[in-house]
Amino acid sequence: MLVPILKQGDYLIASIQSELSDADLLKLRDDLVRRVSEFRSRGVIVDVTVLDVMDSFATRTLRSMAHMVMLRGAETVIVGIQPEVAFSMVQLGLRLEGVTTALDLEEGLSLLDHKIKGDNGLG
Amino acid sequence: MADKACVPINSEIDIVTARQKGREMAQQLGFSSTELTLIATAISEVVRNIVEYAKHGELCVDIVQQGDKRGISVIAQDNGPGIPNIKLAMQDGYSTGKSLGLGLPGAKRLMDEFDIVSEVGKGTKVTMKKWVQKNVR
Ligand SMILES: Nc1ncnc2c1ncn2[C@@H]1O[C@H](COP(=O)(O)OP(=O)(O)OP(=O)(O)O)[C@@H](O)[C@H]1O
Ligand SMILES: [Mg+2]
Repeated sequence: MLVPILKQGDYLIASIQSELSDADLLKLRDDLVRRVSEFRSRGVIVDVTVLDVMDSFATRTLRSMAHMVMLRGAETVIVGIQPEVAFSMVQLGLRLEGVTTALDLEEGLSLLDHKIKGDNGLG
Repeated sequence: MADKACVPINSEIDIVTARQKGREMAQQLGFSSTELTLIATAISEVVRNIVEYAKHGELCVDIVQQGDKRGISVIAQDNGPGIPNIKLAMQDGYSTGKSLGLGLPGAKRLMDEFDIVSEVGKGTKVTMKKWVQKNVR
């Protein structure tokens, strides 16, 4: 299942459309990191609203993705983690350390604006 | 209601199939949406362990009845290398795969009952159960 990645100005938005296999998740990570370099993006949003499971592998992959994106000088925001999924992640003992999260796309975008444009005085 | 369902596990693709099977059965049993997620996540962890450490195995979900309790049983079984030290493997943060080491202890926290039997050179069998919470009247 391919995850569409939209370019919106300085940002990239990846909206996950269905449950993903491990291989799909790794591909998403690699595609995003490549495009951040290609477009010199400043921010990345990953919308996980449709995911009904975020297990140790998914969490680890999103975390490493955010880290790689950061090394390219951009920010990542994960949006749309469902309440049940959040509950299950906590029970499992998973943490999205160092990764910014937001409720939805809109909040994610304003968070990026604040972080990126606000921080360098352009916003 | 369909009873037992099994999914052969041979590659990471089967992880998604296995948790969907578990979710379907749990839904029929009347678990809440939060519980469905917990069950699917626990299945994801034990099935991923099969793929990662044993390569091949099987995941079966079944309906269990104990007295007036009804629930789901999840059995993940493989003929892989087995686990030499189960106590260690059940500890948070212990991993031979440079991972988070949360799969087994985490799955135990997500379910009501958890049992693991493993023999080196023979394989591993994880049995987990979750009971449907009756509405308090
Ligand atoms: N089916 C299995 N066959 C053989 N060894 C296993 C099996 N399941 C788990 N193990 C062993 O037990 C250890 C702990 O498993 P656990 O799932 O808790 O952590 P992990 O798989 O290493 O990391 P994580 O699940 O957090 O990504 C594994 O590192 C592995 O050595
Ligand atoms: Mg594991």
